[in-house]
Amino acid sequence: MSEPILSIKDLKVNYGGIEAVKGISFDVEEGSIVTLIGANGAGKSSTLRTIAGLVKPAAGSIVFRGDDITGYDTNVIVRKGITLVPEGRRIFPDLTVQENLRVGAYLRSDDISGDFQWVYDLFPRLKERTWQAGGTLSGGEQQMLAVARALMSKPKLIMMDEPSLGLAPLVVRGIFDIIREINAQGVTVLLIEQNANMALKVADYAYVLETGRIGLSGTGKELLTNDDVKKAYLGS
Amino acid sequence: MSFLQNSLPYILAGISVGGQYALIAIGYTMVYGILRLINFAHGDVFMAAGMFMVFLSASMPLGAAIPLVLLLTVLLGFLIERAAYKPLRSAPRMSVMISAIGVSYLIQNCALYFTGGLAKVYPQLPWLSDTVTVFGAVTKRVTLITPVLTILLVIGLSLFIKHTKVGIAMRAVSKDFETARLMGIKVNSVISATFIIGSLLAAVGSLLYFTNYASVTPTSGGMPGLKCFVAAVFGGIGSIPGAVIGAFIIGICENIIKGLGWTTFSDAFTFALLIIILLVKPTGLFGEKATDKV
Repeated sequence: MSEPILSIKDLKVNYGGIEAVKGISFDVEEGSIVTLIGANGAGKSSTLRTIAGLVKPAAGSIVFRGDDITGYDTNVIVRKGITLVPEGRRIFPDLTVQENLRVGAYLRSDDISGDFQWVYDLFPRLKERTWQAGGTLSGGEQQMLAVARALMSKPKLIMMDEPSLGLAPLVVRGIFDIIREINAQGVTVLLIEQNANMALKVADYAYVLETGRIGLSGTGKELLTNDDVKKAYLGS
Repeated sequence: MSFLQNSLPYILAGISVGGQYALIAIGYTMVYGILRLINFAHGDVFMAAGMFMVFLSASMPLGAAIPLVLLLTVLLGFLIERAAYKPLRSAPRMSVMISAIGVSYLIQNCALYFTGGLAKVYPQLPWLSDTVTVFGAVTKRVTLITPVLTILLVIGLSLFIKHTKVGIAMRAVSKDFETARLMGIKVNSVISATFIIGSLLAAVGSLLYFTNYASVTPTSGGMPGLKCFVAAVFGGIGSIPGAVIGAFIIGICENIIKGLGWTTFSDAFTFALLIIILLVKPTGLFGEKATDKV
């Protein structure tokens, strides 16, 4: 087995006086799609936000490609190749599609024209809307923009916080196709979702987060057929 | 012709004062845009630039004093943000505003200490202070230079914000701190850049403004500061073109009122305008519709 690209050990995160994450450990293999599923308030978002450096952990370690990045500033973490597509898309509404993408490449000083081409190939819809303000896009297009913007930093690991939230089923399917596509092009994906059914289908490996702790884990297929998971998260 | 000769000086003065107000008002509006903070100390930074000029020009040639004035004013603006606003980044907005009021009085009282409370004679800037005649109207050259310089600086600033990486980052930060951080933007550096630009423009404004006056006092920043704040609100606070247009309107109206012989009411007009705009269109001419961030 190869060295994991991301390794979380005994991570604890306090959030507003509450211990949101109570000591979790998990690994993300390079080139895989890993998902964390769990109910509201299970600590999924807090985990991603801590990895991205938006929140400082109370304890534990985060190792990315052999470097301990625990407690680093977000700009350092982005530079190392981790990006987070935040919950609720959070595109910059006043900036055009193109400017949103340029901000995504903020830390890069090399030529980004190839990356524009790359994300426009992935999302032809965005190319049509290059000069439109981000706020005028539909929900699905905004989600595409949020993903494309994250890709502009040329990440090795892309983390996505509930990319399917509030989108129509057909659009959600499109988003998951893109996640597969991005992964096939060599970007490792760490995904958190309430839509456990979709997430498990796309994931190589999955962890179930329950009130700040990891309960089950296994391959996507294993968890899809697991009775407890079915009862709690798949609604059947 | 006599009408033109009588009214032209006032209109010219109005355009000129409007340009000076615009340079100050941009500082208010940019800081508000990014921090949602009304920087009450901004008028005093403008006054401090005047004081720097008084003291520096006494000991060195103007060619050296002017760049140094710009530099010191920028440094002052930068230090104010780092010392008085940055530590309060996650505090309620009211705390930051009170801190700004504190800084305002601190600067005024420092100036009081250094000047001993006496009005300091502002140096005559050669060329700018020279008198020129336009269509029979006699005025100082600064009156003609100000609007041109203001427009050039505003165009430069707009291009900077529209096209450069830092400019786009500023717009991103003004909408959403956290997502801007996720892009790798150092939010504090962008905020510092905003204060640096605002202070630089205020320093340029102060050079032009005080050339029309005999002296600087520790409270010289108060009235122009307030008026520029009104200009920023009038134009829609947060909007740079709004602040510029608001400043020109206020400058021109004030001077027309003076020209009509109602000099005593010219300040009252500005503040009446503030009340009316707050009642009728609180977001100003070009203000954002949603004023609070999500």
